[in-house]
Amino acid sequence: MSVLQVSELTKRFGKFTALNGINLEVREGEVFGFIGPNGAGKSTTIRILLGILKATAGEAKIFGKDAWADAVEIHKRISYVPGDVNLWPNLTGGEVIDLFVKLRGGNNTNRREELIKRFDLDPSKKCRTYSKGNRQKVALVAAFSSDADLYILDEPTSGLDPLMEQVFQQCVMEQKQSGKSILLSSHILSEVEKLCDRVGIIRQGKIIETGTLSELRHLTRINLLVKTKEQITDLHVLKGIHEIDEREGVLSFQVDTEELDVVMKHISQFGVVKLESTPPTLEDLFMRHYEGKAGAGGRS
Amino acid sequence: MASQINKGIGTLSKFIIRRDRIRIPLWLVGISFFTFIVPISFTELYGSQEQRDTLAQTMENPAMTAMLGPADLSNYTIGVMTAHEMLLFTAMAVGLMSILLVTRHTRGDEENGRIEMIRSLRIGRLSYLNATLLVYSLTNILLALIVGFGLYGFQIESMDLEGSLLYGVTLGTTGLFFAGVTAFFGQLSESSRGTIGLSIGFLLVAYIVRAVGDVGNEALSWISPFGWITKTQIYDENNWWPMALMLVVSMILFIVANYLNSNRDLEAGLLPSKPGRNSASVFLQSTIGLSFRLQRTAILSWAIGMFVLGVTYGSILGDIDSFFEGNDVLEQLFGSEEGNSVTTQFVSMIIMVMAILATVSPVMTVNKLYGEEKKGRIEHILGRAVSRTRLMGSFLVISIINGFVMISLAAIGLWLAGVSTMEEPYQFGTIYGWGIIYYPAMLVMISVAVLLIGIRPKITSINWMYIVYSFFVLYMGGLFQLPEWLSKLTPFGHIPQIQLEDMTWLPILILVTIAIALTMVGFIGYNRRDIGR
Ligand SMILES: Nc1ncnc2c1ncn2[C@@H]1O[C@H](COP(=O)(O)OP(=O)(O)OP(=O)(O)O)[C@@H](O)[C@H]1O
Ligand SMILES: [Mg+2]
Repeated sequence: MSVLQVSELTKRFGKFTALNGINLEVREGEVFGFIGPNGAGKSTTIRILLGILKATAGEAKIFGKDAWADAVEIHKRISYVPGDVNLWPNLTGGEVIDLFVKLRGGNNTNRREELIKRFDLDPSKKCRTYSKGNRQKVALVAAFSSDADLYILDEPTSGLDPLMEQVFQQCVMEQKQSGKSILLSSHILSEVEKLCDRVGIIRQGKIIETGTLSELRHLTRINLLVKTKEQITDLHVLKGIHEIDEREGVLSFQVDTEELDVVMKHISQFGVVKLESTPPTLEDLFMRHYEGKAGAGGRS
Repeated sequence: MASQINKGIGTLSKFIIRRDRIRIPLWLVGISFFTFIVPISFTELYGSQEQRDTLAQTMENPAMTAMLGPADLSNYTIGVMTAHEMLLFTAMAVGLMSILLVTRHTRGDEENGRIEMIRSLRIGRLSYLNATLLVYSLTNILLALIVGFGLYGFQIESMDLEGSLLYGVTLGTTGLFFAGVTAFFGQLSESSRGTIGLSIGFLLVAYIVRAVGDVGNEALSWISPFGWITKTQIYDENNWWPMALMLVVSMILFIVANYLNSNRDLEAGLLPSKPGRNSASVFLQSTIGLSFRLQRTAILSWAIGMFVLGVTYGSILGDIDSFFEGNDVLEQLFGSEEGNSVTTQFVSMIIMVMAILATVSPVMTVNKLYGEEKKGRIEHILGRAVSRTRLMGSFLVISIINGFVMISLAAIGLWLAGVSTMEEPYQFGTIYGWGIIYYPAMLVMISVAVLLIGIRPKITSINWMYIVYSFFVLYMGGLFQLPEWLSKLTPFGHIPQIQLEDMTWLPILILVTIAIALTMVGFIGYNRRDIGR
């Protein structure tokens, strides 16, 4: 069952095409990671999902309803944290949290107090005096103290310290365990790796990859560390080998997954002493996508 | 040390000029054009001394003195007339220019975090403030020169070089003075809205204090900078010393602002913020509550201002009344239609001015909705279960109530003070009715603001020009003998003059219909467009 469905979504600002026919799906009970370089169109997508921007073409549906036309209905069941949290300088954090919870139409004071404590926030301070991280905490407390079915979080942790980052991750896991769905846009890949079931990568207004982390890894390279009795020869003539490096007799390189079989056969001729393989980190994936297909983007 | 603290002032000045390369010329051209056109049209309209003397006679009463200040009416040349009719208003416009531009580069930039970036460079602590003051001092000096030599350049008989230069210097010095005032308030307040509010408030209070002073209490007009301006008596006595006085005070303000600036933290005001509530009160749990809360202070200050304005004008009604009492000749001269005393005419003029001023606050309320959008705070609200209609509606409701309160308070103030000073005071209902009848026109102005935010938010400032236009056409239209249709371009020009004629409901109905229609189009537009930055 999909909670959120985006199909062929296009958004133009004047002549500039920010989104070029993107497709996305968030399923019930999953955490979906939305990643991509700066200016790729993450926030634009999220704003369309919230009915703040109007799509030029295509469809965006949440809970089966249209994101633009039925915005208010949808918003009763979602919680949103924007990327830059701008608050009213002359209101206190506590006032803002209450207002937000109220405007969404819920009320759960116990959760509020608990979250304020967990995030270590002083709600009696004026927002003018909050640091960036503290402003973000206000938005997070407001978002998590209301009972939502879908959480839309746009870079919610960019200003949090590592401790708070952990609290945030706990909150997300709790929601996930109680069956809620989460769309999380982020630049912090370790966070995405830890939390997300599936990931979508957007670049220049186009989705270039979607799938579970293991699916994505499957498509890519694996890191190998090899020590052999004899010196390995002719490695570089094989297909699908990258970034060969040798240090104190240990050879490290990356192999495209589809070439793994051939490579292993080749190596085993030299008498393997030690072999370590590590899956590619999201970072590796990411770098490849970010740098790789340059020019294939969606700018008009 | 001293050089360290102002390091980089030259570069910053160029930077400010670069950012204001459109704004500064626009203000300068606007003000000089306005200044030049007046004596030229006066030579057309009031070419003969006879015509001018007739006009001078109508000026010879406390009501006019309250509005325009004193002048030597026995020597009513084109020059004296220009200075008398225009100098105060032009000086107020110059003051406004300084307030808006200086705020933009002091509190405005600080609030948006731009000064923080600049301070991190090799820039002295006071450089940005002083670069701003330097640029606007130069701007005002330029204004003084343009106006001074410009006025002389038209070679109008009674406008000699000395008077013309003094005219320019008066405007320039006023600009300097308000640059100082704004720099000062910019240190006290924590926001640019607050700075503008305090500075404009100061400007209006100074104008009113002068009015009361000029009519009856000489000492009062001495404490107002606008009192000093009228004391120059340009093209007549040509007094330079009031401007010397103003210059000195301006310099003191510059120094005080510098002192305060160097002794406070960045982004802090001198009025410290105290810890607030842990949770929201029952009032702040809806969009209406929020829209009121965000503007509480501004609305309250305007409300007090409108009441004080009413009281101030009301307090001179007695003077005016007794001035004309028993003087049948004068009564005949001014009371154009039977039964209408000069006092009534004055009151109706005052009420119209008050109605236009009372429109400012409600229009600001509606415009706040767009201000919030630009600051990226609307997302929080629309991201929750709030429709755009409800959001805009909340600001509109506050605005409509706001307008009603403003005009009511002004009328009540006028009546209250009138009762205590006049021998035969007006009935409360009479005065209040004269005031509230402008409410439909105010609603039209509010609806224009809604319309602009709905369909063209980038040009919301057009509405301010419309308000200034309304004021100018209705207030000065008679003096400049402007054609009637110009005053029909503003909703205020369609309000029946019930103090002179019978009530007609048709124009009121039409105005209300227009207001509703514009508001609806605004709502439809707001529901359709992107909400952005
Ligand atoms: N209102 C607008 N008008 C014109 N262009 C816009 C507007 N809003 C966004 N854009 C452009 O659309 C593109 C996508 O922006 P978006 O904010 O969605 O990026 P993002 O993926 O969220 O980036 P980041 O990781 O930096 O937050 C950018 O190139 C941006 O300049
Ligand atoms: Mg973004």
